[in-house]
Amino acid sequence: MKKYIFALVMALTSGFAFAQEAQNPDALATVMRSNGKIYVVVAVALTVMLGLIAYLFSLDKKITKLEKDLKK
Amino acid sequence: MIPQIGWKLLATVLLIYTVIAGFLAPIPELPILYESIRNLYFHVTMWMAMMVMLIISFIASIRYLLKPTETNDLVAVESANAALVLGSLGIVTGMVWATYTWGEPWSGDPKQNGAAVGLLIYFAYIVLRGSFKDQQQRARISAVYNIFAFAVFIPLIYILPKMQDSLHPGDGGNPAFSSYDLDSRMRLVFYPAVIAWSLLAWWTAHLRIRFRKLTTLA
Repeated sequence: MKKYIFALVMALTSGFAFAQEAQNPDALATVMRSNGKIYVVVAVALTVMLGLIAYLFSLDKKITKLEKDLKK
Repeated sequence: MIPQIGWKLLATVLLIYTVIAGFLAPIPELPILYESIRNLYFHVTMWMAMMVMLIISFIASIRYLLKPTETNDLVAVESANAALVLGSLGIVTGMVWATYTWGEPWSGDPKQNGAAVGLLIYFAYIVLRGSFKDQQQRARISAVYNIFAFAVFIPLIYILPKMQDSLHPGDGGNPAFSSYDLDSRMRLVFYPAVIAWSLLAWWTAHLRIRFRKLTTLA
């Protein structure tokens, strides 16, 4: 499962890498401040969402482990 | 491993998409609503996901009466629990939205009232379950109640508001959802968002079902 999560995180963050490569070093600062700083809200909401999902995955993992232990 | 985790990853991807596209995707220019139409992806989807959970609960209750197994009973109660969380979030987010578009959090709108009564019916389901000591009696009687609750909930939230003047779109004389210029641009975010929140709700319900099965085993 770790493999998949890792792959997913890598896939999602790869976009940032391209964005920085293509533009000048200040690009991220400019993008984040454009459009009334709505991107900052997106970043915050996204962080919260990712945190909640990670929490769910860890809970899922714990229950799966318990199920396996009890089956033995 | 992959098929088991597949739908959870799908939920993750769709939720991430919902948050990003929900804030950034283009929207039609609408009077009064302006940017708040984006609540379509966060408020309306709560109710859609709640309906999915209630349908699952309803089917599980019917299945329990046909074949009384512990799983059917657990699916019924935990789907209803998830639905109650989503419905409560729907009411609260709706009140926030209404404050800034309809002028007050609670305007006695038929759909607001219907949703509130509907949620109370389902809270009563949880209370009813708590009032039995015998597990089989609890499961059977609450399954019957749950089926009736669903049959009352649909008219309360869908049919009655349409027969009266309502502020909600699609009800009374108001234009429906489709005439929001709900062009394909908004559908492109709305439908994935409904799937995303529904999957998230089922995920949590499923975790709780598994947890409760473990507690009976241990």
